Amino acid sequence: MGYVIKGETCDWEVVIGLEVHCQVISKAKLFSGAATDFGAEANTQVSLVDAAMPGMLPVINEECVRQAIKTGLGLKAQINTKSVFARKNYFYADLPQGYQISQADQPIVGAGTIILDMPDGSSRSVGIERLHLEQDAGKSLHDQDPKRTFIDLNRTGVALMEIVSDPDMRSPEEVGAYLRKLRSIVRYLGTCDGNMDQGSMRCDVNVSVRPVGSSELRTRAETKNVNSVRFAMQAIEYEATRQVEIYDNGGEVVQETRLFDAQTGTTRSMRSKEHAHDYRYFPDPDLLPLVFDQALIDEIQATLPELPDERKDRYINEFGLSPYDAGVLVADKDTAAYFEAVVAMGEGGRDPKMAANWVINNIFAVLSDKSVGINDCPISAENLGKLLGLIADDTISTKIAKEVFEIMIETGDDPEKIVEDKGLKQITDTGAIEAAVDAAIAAGTAQVEQYRGGNEKILGWFVGQVMKATQGKANPGQVNKLLKEKLDG
Amino acid sequence: MTKLNDMDIATARDGLNKGDFSAAELAEAYIQAMQAGRDLNAYITETPEVALERARESDERRAKGDHLGAMEGIPIAMKDLFCTEGVLTTAGSHILDGFTPAYESTVSANLRSAGAVMLGKANLDEFAMGSANITSYYGPVKNPWGLKVGKDLVPGGSSGGSAAAVSGGLAMAATGTDTGGSIRQPASFCGIVGLKPTYGRCSRWGVVAFASSLDQAGPMTQTVRDAAIMLGAMAGFDPKDSTSAPIETPDFEAAITGDVKGKTIGIPKEYRMDGMDPEIQAMWDQGIEWLKAAGCNVKDVSLPHTKYALPTYYIVAPAEASANLARYDGVRYGLRVPGDSLDDMYMNTRGEGFGDEVQRRILIGTYALSSGYYDAYYIKAQKVRTLISNDFKTAFEDVDAILTPTAPSAAFGIGENQDDPVAMYLNDVFTVPTSLAGLPGISVPTGLSSGGLPLGLQLIGRAFGEGELLNIASALETAAAFNHKPGQEG
Amino acid sequence: MSLDKDTVKQIAYLARIRVSDDKLAPLAGELSSILDWIEQLQELDTDGVEPMASVSDVTLPQRKDAVTDGNCQAAVLRNAPDPEDGFFTVPKVVE
Repeated sequence: MGYVIKGETCDWEVVIGLEVHCQVISKAKLFSGAATDFGAEANTQVSLVDAAMPGMLPVINEECVRQAIKTGLGLKAQINTKSVFARKNYFYADLPQGYQISQADQPIVGAGTIILDMPDGSSRSVGIERLHLEQDAGKSLHDQDPKRTFIDLNRTGVALMEIVSDPDMRSPEEVGAYLRKLRSIVRYLGTCDGNMDQGSMRCDVNVSVRPVGSSELRTRAETKNVNSVRFAMQAIEYEATRQVEIYDNGGEVVQETRLFDAQTGTTRSMRSKEHAHDYRYFPDPDLLPLVFDQALIDEIQATLPELPDERKDRYINEFGLSPYDAGVLVADKDTAAYFEAVVAMGEGGRDPKMAANWVINNIFAVLSDKSVGINDCPISAENLGKLLGLIADDTISTKIAKEVFEIMIETGDDPEKIVEDKGLKQITDTGAIEAAVDAAIAAGTAQVEQYRGGNEKILGWFVGQVMKATQGKANPGQVNKLLKEKLDG
Repeated sequence: MTKLNDMDIATARDGLNKGDFSAAELAEAYIQAMQAGRDLNAYITETPEVALERARESDERRAKGDHLGAMEGIPIAMKDLFCTEGVLTTAGSHILDGFTPAYESTVSANLRSAGAVMLGKANLDEFAMGSANITSYYGPVKNPWGLKVGKDLVPGGSSGGSAAAVSGGLAMAATGTDTGGSIRQPASFCGIVGLKPTYGRCSRWGVVAFASSLDQAGPMTQTVRDAAIMLGAMAGFDPKDSTSAPIETPDFEAAITGDVKGKTIGIPKEYRMDGMDPEIQAMWDQGIEWLKAAGCNVKDVSLPHTKYALPTYYIVAPAEASANLARYDGVRYGLRVPGDSLDDMYMNTRGEGFGDEVQRRILIGTYALSSGYYDAYYIKAQKVRTLISNDFKTAFEDVDAILTPTAPSAAFGIGENQDDPVAMYLNDVFTVPTSLAGLPGISVPTGLSSGGLPLGLQLIGRAFGEGELLNIASALETAAAFNHKPGQEG
Repeated sequence: MSLDKDTVKQIAYLARIRVSDDKLAPLAGELSSILDWIEQLQELDTDGVEPMASVSDVTLPQRKDAVTDGNCQAAVLRNAPDPEDGFFTVPKVVE
């Protein structure tokens, strides 16, 4: 049963397509030589071309072309060796030319696919319709002055890749999975840093609804510039409900552009939309068609790193991880690198499943707690690998390992050193354990009777006593074995 | 009037080389002429200090034995469509009030590097849109030949100020731009030489854009040789212009040998139009005879889609212009007329800042691109453009150059032809096809009308074949021996 | 092709040019006559003809990815009608 909205007369499903704008990682802008860094002082990263001074002309940046091709390859998409830039004409203060240089019916990249990793471990694929290159606009600041809007053109002309999906998604979860996977892919490729909160990846959500079972495509509304995965999902929930209500009340959904209000989790219509935009696209006469050959595509293909989907398959097949765990680890390439560094530690490596568990369950908690990313993790991969080695060769028990782990969080120290310094080595000497076991049995006559009376769980009491006596260092496996031997008689 | 402002570039170059006079003296003479000739309204901004400074620098270079450029010490007028650093640049429009660029166009910078001395910014039709230089915010330009016939005549357009300045002795040469005929037609009306190079030969960087796929900078001079010299200084690949041709600039002057024996000249039958002024026809026939006498073969060619060139142009150029002029919005430079809202400010600024002809063309262009009309107008026009270009490609398989009249009439009176925009557009009937095909075209003054006004003939050449074109033009010029001048004021 | 006043008003808005009401009708007339004249293009059969992409046969030249421009705030703001603190300013926009 998919995601449905219960209407008055029937159940409704939601049809979602996404347009994601990704800022291209490059030193200079798409058509000008100004810098692209985030956070510079207003209008200091603006060339005369960006400011649309009279007589200025665009010249395309080859790196932006390569990054688009690379991203297209990462999306398993058709790369178009000939594409055309078009002017998208409209007036706005942060659009100095009065048009945006974009691509219309001949984009650089055509149809492709993204595989969504769903939370339940399943996968489904969503179609990519196209990817094209276009200029970003500047920034308008409305809150600096009561009567005026301030314009900063630093961002004007930065290269964007607009990635348009097919309207294949049917739930907020799928949208979340799509955005996460897309973000993951572009970060693996190094073509975009995927920072939704900094605005280097922005999402427009196109939502329509239809009765479950129908295959029609009804009017959709677009919610622009949603800047987090969570907001995208909220916007969809709100829109779906809003649209079903409209139909239930006998109305028609209007094709319009809406804005998401993060405070209220709702969308609202943009005021300036009484006049529909007629963008009057036409090929930009300052730019000739962009043409390159298959050799360039092949060259870029050869530079592609292992991508998340391939890496996930490898973790499943080579490491025996579950699809869910594999998916979690590969989502961020730095996390995957960390994980593999842990696995690679020591002779013959570490057990991948164990490494996966520790990374997902323990390391992630630390990162969340300290609000840092994996690259700033207080525990290095090498040290985690060493810790797992200490468990694997029985130097310490899992329980002790967890204590050592806590110390490592604070100090970042080598676990071998911690175990040494604190004398935490597991006691495996049978004689010593047997002595502690005998003492526990001798002291617990009542418990012995309960055990022999059929209460197997009371074994835990004995284990506890032995652990107390040995400061937790007795090898649990041996303790249990000896206890059972002696108690069972 | 001192003879210093009665020389052409080649002669002045000689004189400067021989030390007969200095660049400073030359500049001074032209500055005086410029100031005395204000009635023509050929200049929007006079830059005498800049001129004298550059002239002095030129003389210093010469004295030190430094490398001298092709236009060393030559005083020129700069069409006010070229952005000139620190000097007001208006494009003949109210909307660029006060605009002083912090940058120099590539072409004007090239001329400066070649030693040229800028006298001032020449008047033009607003945003280069016009064929009579009557749409300028700074007032119409008068054709110096009007003095001769006692009536205010148009100099042609859009490079009317440039043409009037050269023709009237207010500049030794001038830069123009040509989108549909804006160098060639005023050259014809003013009795001077005007060359539109192949599209891509000169850089468009820093030239206020009108129609990107058509605009070309070019020289407007007294002789064909001068045009060759000046084009050599203007042209060259510019990496800042994606449409700039990545080719070497040949020595155009050296290509003028005067020998055109065996060259084949095509006469396009479709240019022989119904109701054509018989004097224009006669001038054309005369041109044919001259070239035959010089040893050329002459044959008829067909350019079947000629009659569709003007309507094609009047869709493509306004469409591109409608987008190119969207940046004039009062936000970052030029005129701003306040408004209650951003949209209000846009509407007020552009409504007041653009003249009527510019507004008409922006609206036509906007309409042609708008939803529902794009295919029928813009795409259709671009297809017809392909057909027109192919017409020329076919013709040039058999001929080396094509000879046509430049304009359908001699210069007309200021105030005539103004009721109907379309009537004004018909002035470009002979020049527009060349622009659509991106080919080089040159107008050479070849005779006078019965009313005593200059008539010009146009030669069209192969793409990037300016050298051969100039050579054939030179032969025509020699045969025509056009030595007429507009005459004195008074 | 005949344009009426309302269409002219719409196009003028698309182009952000204020045309006063009394000018709408004459302008509509002028534009209509231009469009009528342009109409003759429809006589031509252009099936199978490619729209002209560019006059030259060259393809788009590409430049190296390097910061070669910008960092000229003064030049960029030099002609601005109402600059403030390094910004361009316009009448307040409400979204």
